[in-house]
Amino acid sequence: MREKILAAIDKNSRLSATDLAMMLGTNEEEVATILKDLEDEHIICGYPTLINWDKVKCERVTALIEVKVTPQRGLGFDKIAERIYQFDEVQSVYLMSGGFDLTVIIEGKTMREVANFVAAKLAPMDAIQSTATHFVLKKYKEHGLPLVQIKQDERMLISP
Amino acid sequence: MRDPLSKNVVNIKPSGIRKFFDIVSEMKDAISLGVGEPDFDTPWHIREEGIYSLEKGRTFYTSNSGLKELKIEICNYLHRRFDLQYNYESETLVTVGGSEAIDLALRAMIDPGDEVLIPQPCYVSYHPCTILAGGVPVVIELKGENDFKLTREELISAITDKTKILFLAFPNNPTGAVMDYDDLKAIVDIIIEKDLYVISDEIYSELSYGKKHVSIASFPGMKERTIVINGFSKSYAMTGWRLGYATGPANIIEQMTKIHQFAIMCAPTTSQYAAIEALKNGDSDVEMMKDAYDKRRRFLVQSFNNMGLTCFEPYGAFYVFPSIKSLNMTSDEFATQLLMEEKVAVVPGTAFGACGEGYLRISYAYSIDNLKIAMERIERFVKKHQTS
Repeated sequence: MREKILAAIDKNSRLSATDLAMMLGTNEEEVATILKDLEDEHIICGYPTLINWDKVKCERVTALIEVKVTPQRGLGFDKIAERIYQFDEVQSVYLMSGGFDLTVIIEGKTMREVANFVAAKLAPMDAIQSTATHFVLKKYKEHGLPLVQIKQDERMLISP
Repeated sequence: MRDPLSKNVVNIKPSGIRKFFDIVSEMKDAISLGVGEPDFDTPWHIREEGIYSLEKGRTFYTSNSGLKELKIEICNYLHRRFDLQYNYESETLVTVGGSEAIDLALRAMIDPGDEVLIPQPCYVSYHPCTILAGGVPVVIELKGENDFKLTREELISAITDKTKILFLAFPNNPTGAVMDYDDLKAIVDIIIEKDLYVISDEIYSELSYGKKHVSIASFPGMKERTIVINGFSKSYAMTGWRLGYATGPANIIEQMTKIHQFAIMCAPTTSQYAAIEALKNGDSDVEMMKDAYDKRRRFLVQSFNNMGLTCFEPYGAFYVFPSIKSLNMTSDEFATQLLMEEKVAVVPGTAFGACGEGYLRISYAYSIDNLKIAMERIERFVKKHQTS
């Protein structure tokens, strides 16, 4: 049931416990208990909203930064990753395989703000060997959901 | 001037759905729960294969009965999913949707005066296509108390010495009813004893919730007297591609192919290439869509029962068929008033046969958000009319 609930709210966190109970053939109390457990165990870490900021009249810049770091004895990459993800500007941090170590996704109001963050905060950190900053020009799809097209139901209203 | 029209055709009543469609079309911003097709887009890898076939210039006819590779994949699929074994060369025909296959099967088998048993409520084409083929439709009225399954007794009492064909359409549109192994077993010996042929419309076979779909053709002695109709529309969300197929005894398929050859030539080539991809790599798409339907199905059944419209649990297709007998109105009145007062379009059960009176067909090929809004409106409507 835990997996079923998670799969159901993965793309739609607005489903209520009542809705979920009806959809999954169980009762509201069970759903509420499981949701509470999942939150307590930090399996459900939040309920953010997927917004296409490109369509809102306010400047936002997203940058993806490839970071090479020197792992620390006994701590590996975790300590440096933590020092990075504590910054409010940082949206995501992933440890990568391949040509670099960390992917850091930054959001700022302007390109200058992002550049300043990289130059003043990120690059000077001791363990960091190099950074390569890529600015996002347009977002097409996030979290499995397309951001660009508005899909309309083109089916006939009634069909046999 | 002479009357240009065939009396046989003119005498066929237009579909009850059509009438309702005209009313709904004029209603702006109505929420519809009236469609008989999936809300999903065809999975991208399937569409992409269709596009690729166009890029490659595969824009020619195929052989009449369909692409060899597709027919092989169809036979593999039927074997893998439903334990049916057919020869791809002589027992398989690719058609323009399941609809064409139904028409072909009737035309290939009916002589004037042959009776065709049609358990209703059912899809709208069986009755008129039987008449067009020169047959005599004999309606069996299925009952809500049997969960709209065909019982042995109902079958026996409808058979005459002119009966030749029995239609079976489970999982069923509009009721969502299924006939499981035991239900089918109860009628198989009668079918064989009375020497009937079966047209088994299994277009919703992949949308079976809980129990796995059983084809009547998988019973001993039934394969040689059954035409299995299936297709890509419902399982892979490919309605607009117009692609279906029929499998059955070689002598029947041969004659069906003959009609198909003269009337249609071949099914659309692009669709056939896309369908190969669907059968090869589409199993997980079917699972994903079925899982989504299943959640909505439970949601609707409970919503209707909560608001006092009894609704038996449908184990197939994407329809629920709640009873409105607790309200003092006909299906037609309910559907029309619901549309006028709450702007929700549903299809009256009577569009699928007279015995659909007292029921509504509600499609759940809609997002859960859509269904929630529609259920709130229906509940408000029901409350208002229960007290008045």
